[in-house]
Amino acid sequence: MPGILLILILCAIAAAGYVMGRRKAATISGDDNRVLHSNKPFHGANVALAAFLSGVVALVASGVIRGVTGIADSANIMTTVLTLGAAAAAFYVTLGRITLDYRARNVTEQLVKGILIAAASVAILTTIGIVLSMVFETINFFNQYPMLDFFFGTNWTPRFQGDSDLGMLPLLWGTLYVSFIALMVAVPIGLFAAIYLAEYAGPRVRGIAKPLLEVLAGIPTIVYGLFALITVGPILRDYFAQPMGLGDSGSSVMTAGLVMGVMLIPFVSSLSDDIINAVPQAMRDGSYGIGATKSETVKQVVLPAALPGIVGAILLAASRAIGETMIVVLGAGAAARLSLNPFEAMTTVTVKIVSQLTGDTDFASPETLVAFALGITLFVITLGLNVLALYIVRKYREQYE
Amino acid sequence: MNDMRILERDVDTNTIKFAGRDVHVYYGETEAIKGIDVDIEDKTVTAFIGPSGCGKSTFLRCLNRMNDTIDVCRVTGKITLDGEDIYDRKVDPVQLRAKVGMVFQKPNPFPKSIYDNIAYGPRIHGLAKTKADLDDIVEQSLRRGAIWDEVKDRLDAPGTGLSGGQQQRLCIARAIATAPEVLLMDEPCSALDPIATAQVEELIDELRTNYSVVIVTHSMQQAARVSQKTAFFHLGDLVEFGPTNEIFTNPKDPRTESYITGRIG
Repeated sequence: MPGILLILILCAIAAAGYVMGRRKAATISGDDNRVLHSNKPFHGANVALAAFLSGVVALVASGVIRGVTGIADSANIMTTVLTLGAAAAAFYVTLGRITLDYRARNVTEQLVKGILIAAASVAILTTIGIVLSMVFETINFFNQYPMLDFFFGTNWTPRFQGDSDLGMLPLLWGTLYVSFIALMVAVPIGLFAAIYLAEYAGPRVRGIAKPLLEVLAGIPTIVYGLFALITVGPILRDYFAQPMGLGDSGSSVMTAGLVMGVMLIPFVSSLSDDIINAVPQAMRDGSYGIGATKSETVKQVVLPAALPGIVGAILLAASRAIGETMIVVLGAGAAARLSLNPFEAMTTVTVKIVSQLTGDTDFASPETLVAFALGITLFVITLGLNVLALYIVRKYREQYE
Repeated sequence: MNDMRILERDVDTNTIKFAGRDVHVYYGETEAIKGIDVDIEDKTVTAFIGPSGCGKSTFLRCLNRMNDTIDVCRVTGKITLDGEDIYDRKVDPVQLRAKVGMVFQKPNPFPKSIYDNIAYGPRIHGLAKTKADLDDIVEQSLRRGAIWDEVKDRLDAPGTGLSGGQQQRLCIARAIATAPEVLLMDEPCSALDPIATAQVEELIDELRTNYSVVIVTHSMQQAARVSQKTAFFHLGDLVEFGPTNEIFTNPKDPRTESYITGRIG
């Protein structure tokens, strides 16, 4: 029996359990809620949840048993029997337990709490799983390639016949350079836009401008990449790089940085706008009441009060910038290079992870495994940024509340 | 009886600070103030009393043009400060508010240190030439706000960390720091406990020697305790305005009498 059908049957059992549990509670109490410890729906929900959860647990357990023991269960007979058996048993036991004094409400609350904990654990366990899988491959990589050469090497020339230079510094430099330019664009523009929307714009302008700004956030990054490739890149090359003698490459750090900055504007502005709006009106009144102008009020009262949130928004944008791939592929090119010239093509960590893992790969050579080392480096950097953001937010919050 | 006469004569000698003539205030289509005339004297505490929604806070906010920050609010008529129309085009509301300080219902210290809270106004208006000047202004304001002794050892601590009563006195000190001529207080004690209220009331009485104080209050006992003149507002009208003791002992209008004896409101 296919799994989806099994789940449907479980749902049906649960529904039946709800109806029967409720009915039994009604019967033994003579339809008088006051003599029951728990209200009737709790008795029904208790039977339904117990049957459904036992079924799901049995379903998962039988999958594990099959995997561990290697029993061939081609028609899913064992799984079906185990699952439906467990559900029926739980159904029978919980239904039999219903008495006037049975604390169905408390039990149901515990079950609900358990479900919520399980949902939270899935997210956390997945993160741990991702990290562990990367850690093992990274250890594998460092067994084949010296750690110092990877972290401090300035050459990135992978060759698939072996004997490659896999220094990550040029990639890290590209990532940081592009992210820096992107933030230089996004932070001032986004912040000023947020201040305008929150403090100066009338309700009509705000009603139009805010959704328009948020449309920017909905554009897929590959579309931004196209914009960088066919519009921004050539313009920068023809009007800035060539006349100034800084190179004649269409793809450059500047191209990718500018377009990525545009992509990040709505992140910064939308989050900051919400945060600025959350500053109590009493603060502004206090400042106006002393005779401060609007800009003095914004600069000296509203922004300091909103600062922790704004820093959080900026660091969130920085994490996005560091992890961004498509804009860099199309905008900045794929040449690993350590250079200060923003009009030269460079590349980033994420782009190289993609290029090392695409095509004909064999998961034993350092040229492929380097992707995992790069990935975990990136993970550590963004994690560090997030921790920093949390620290800053918490520090200022303590001071201000 | 003799004391009363002296008091009345004393009040009569004060000059008029604010004069309102036929003031109307509209919020969109609603008329919140329906044409009132009022004279507010210098070096006097004037109390505005009346039931909720009667327009007393609205009128108070007209006096320093705080209503300008509300889009739908419109003021007609004439309000003068020292004979000059404050709604004249030449008048900058920012300068007006430096002259007419305001204290709000809920204490609203800025998320800054106690020192910076007080120094905010003087810095904006360039009142201090040197750091020593500024230190001096801060100390004087905190002393006048009757809070210096409690905070002098922790001027760098955040103003938001003080207790409610201390915060409100900090806000009063902040308003004093810009050397205003008038202090407007919008229910300054409604968020405070009785002890803090007593401290603030004592402070208001002291402030009378230097400033004209206008206070909106829901508490008739408070109006009787701190004010020399009382105005009773009802449904957007100024029903009665006169010396506080007369309003409370011998009200002329039946509506005033009903309110102070607790029958309406």
